[in-house]
Amino acid sequence: MKRDQINIGVYICHCGMNISPKVDVEAVAEFAEGLAHVRIARDYKFMCSSPGQEFIIDDIRQYGLNRIVVASCSPRMHEATFRNACETAGINRHYFQMANIREQAAWVTLDTKEATAKAMDLVAAAVARVTYHRPLESREVKVNKSILVIGGGIAGMQAAISSGNAGYQVYLIEREPSIGGHMAKFDKTFPTLDCAACIMTPKMVEVGQHESIRLFTYSEVVSVEGFVGNYSVRILKKPRFIDESKCNGCGICMEKCPIKKIPSEFNENLSFRTAIYSPFPQAVPNTPVIDPDHCRILAENKPCGACEKFCEAGAIDFNQQPEHMDITVGSIIIATGFKAFDPEPLVQYGYGIYPEVYTSLEFERLNNATGPTGGSILMKGGDFPKRVAIIHCVGSRDAQYREYCSRVCCMYSMKFAHLVREKTGAEVWEFYIDVRSPGKLYEEFYNRVQKEGVHMIRGRVAEVTDILDDPENSEDKGRLTVVAENTLTRRMLRIPVDMVILSVGLEPAEGAGDVGRMIGVSSDGNGWFTELHAKLAPVSTVIKGVFLAGCCQGPKDIPDTVAQAMGASGEAVALLSKGTVMTRAEISFIDPDLCAGCQTCVEVCVYNAIDFDEGRGIATVNELLCQGCGSCAVACPSSAASIKHFTNRQVMEELEAILI
Amino acid sequence: MNDQFEPQIIALVCNWCTYTAADLAGTSRLSYPSNVRLVRLMCTGMIDAKYIIKAFLDGADGVVIGGCHPGDCHYINGNLKATKRIYGVGKIMEQFGFEPDRLRLKWIGASEGLEFQKNMAEFIETIKQLGPSPVKSRMIL
Repeated sequence: MKRDQINIGVYICHCGMNISPKVDVEAVAEFAEGLAHVRIARDYKFMCSSPGQEFIIDDIRQYGLNRIVVASCSPRMHEATFRNACETAGINRHYFQMANIREQAAWVTLDTKEATAKAMDLVAAAVARVTYHRPLESREVKVNKSILVIGGGIAGMQAAISSGNAGYQVYLIEREPSIGGHMAKFDKTFPTLDCAACIMTPKMVEVGQHESIRLFTYSEVVSVEGFVGNYSVRILKKPRFIDESKCNGCGICMEKCPIKKIPSEFNENLSFRTAIYSPFPQAVPNTPVIDPDHCRILAENKPCGACEKFCEAGAIDFNQQPEHMDITVGSIIIATGFKAFDPEPLVQYGYGIYPEVYTSLEFERLNNATGPTGGSILMKGGDFPKRVAIIHCVGSRDAQYREYCSRVCCMYSMKFAHLVREKTGAEVWEFYIDVRSPGKLYEEFYNRVQKEGVHMIRGRVAEVTDILDDPENSEDKGRLTVVAENTLTRRMLRIPVDMVILSVGLEPAEGAGDVGRMIGVSSDGNGWFTELHAKLAPVSTVIKGVFLAGCCQGPKDIPDTVAQAMGASGEAVALLSKGTVMTRAEISFIDPDLCAGCQTCVEVCVYNAIDFDEGRGIATVNELLCQGCGSCAVACPSSAASIKHFTNRQVMEELEAILI
Repeated sequence: MNDQFEPQIIALVCNWCTYTAADLAGTSRLSYPSNVRLVRLMCTGMIDAKYIIKAFLDGADGVVIGGCHPGDCHYINGNLKATKRIYGVGKIMEQFGFEPDRLRLKWIGASEGLEFQKNMAEFIETIKQLGPSPVKSRMIL
């Protein structure tokens, strides 16, 4: 198209009261009218509304506009809206450019004149750029109708079940020997005091038996390549040293294993397991694993083979090797969960120093029927505690550790208080900063616990110490003293207690960062994965086809986790049920007339998207693999490579319009 | 005189991290001086040396480049490629009489609206201290 045929329409949005009083929109429209090739410039209250879009569509038709600039919010918000309007009116969707005068001018500039001047510059830049836009087309490609779920906690399990129920093939990957995650370690759940196992184990069994779910436990994702609809995933299946197809889960191997003193990870090291073990009785799959670091044969190469001798099924296989498996999926749901904060650095609380100081997860196991004490809340010496302190916000809401609130600690602390009262009759003292109980029936539970006689003390604990105020008092012998200020009564407290529970906060799971990097999902400063939009796209990510479920996105309780998992599944299913996705249009183009065949681009491309055509002696772009990062365009010494929609000309024009 | 000097600053930012951080600064109403103009690119790895030189030749007093933290690049390692390139451009600019502080590379993640605000304010202040770009006072090329 010759440049004298270019007709640009410029639309300045008031965005209600968001842009308009700060930026003089009429002045900006007037300014735009004077720019080269601009045929028409208008301002309107809400460009994104139907009448706003109609304006554009009508003007395109009436005035023969062939380029559109909308100055409003971020293109991350409404670029697609206006591109669609362009398409509706019959011009290419890439004949459009947005000037972000809301986030970059109106909302961040104090002075009205300055904001208006900045808005004018941004509009001028957009007009200059759009003049050089080229029509681009994207292609429709088929999607692979299967879903990868990473993480087998309650989030991943629910996402897998929901997606499987929709009839899609699901691959669920869990790095531990069993699915279940943290929820499998709990005994009761707040605020209803539902038995966690009673609601959890049926779901675990459902996952294990679901016809659409293929479960890979003791496995990890090692690489993810490709794009929405067509991700190639490589899975590493660690050797269990047990043939899953033969094992019937009778458990005799665990009975006979002579190595019995390995701290049990599942029981938070409060009890022991054998070298051949299943983490807990309801594990799914019910196939044990042999711990190669402790097994006599595997670790020390010494004679043993007790498990092999007694296994009637002949399932033990010491020669099993790590296996790699390659699958192709259309969509990925990340559900890597959390890990509990390690309270050891907070030496003032004495964790790791005094044996009667527990983390919340340790207490969960202590209280659990499948735990080390069979569910009795007992001290290490075997006695019931008479007085228990629960310290909130350990690691959370602490500028030195984690600034954020971990959301679940207040509620589980009150659950603990209730359980301690119910099971032992002990006095319970809770030390909190603020009690946070926003949730259905949560505040009611808080009231109930208070009525049960739990002492709620508003004050951060200064110290847990074994120095007693009155060492002569025989009742306090062997006790710990919790030192705190009751900030409501302004009194210092020194409470002798038998047991201290630290309500530790939540952190992203170990290795979550690696998963994020592998897939390209970014995380915030704390390591939680970043959703596409904090409010309107809470389960989506910047990577199309990749969704988030559960705590990997931020601390969450079980109801929220399950809801988000269902949401993530819904999004994944919606994507796949359509059957096709559009390829991206903004990808590399290598001009065959300019390419000298030096292959620099082939070297810099991290996606292996550029092939060298030996016959023609030039490089060619694989449109499906290219992500449009632009590495090749910059590296190309003969300027043959360029990124569509980000050509040198387009960027240079934009710069020039701003500066000159 | 420098009190009245209002520099022209170009920010070449990647779509995924720093542009998003700028949006977040906006949504959070974190104000900063209006001297900076953002140019959105998909990745810092697509920033050609030409763009930086063009910006300076057209009169920019400072150029700041914003991308994802190392390891967080949406395109695996575009930001690392940018690091090397921008270091090289900086060296060349210096030989042509530009103060090296006029070109800055910053990693600002998508969730770091506050960082964006702080960095822009700081950079603008730095350029104000340096005064107008030498391009404006004399022909250097």
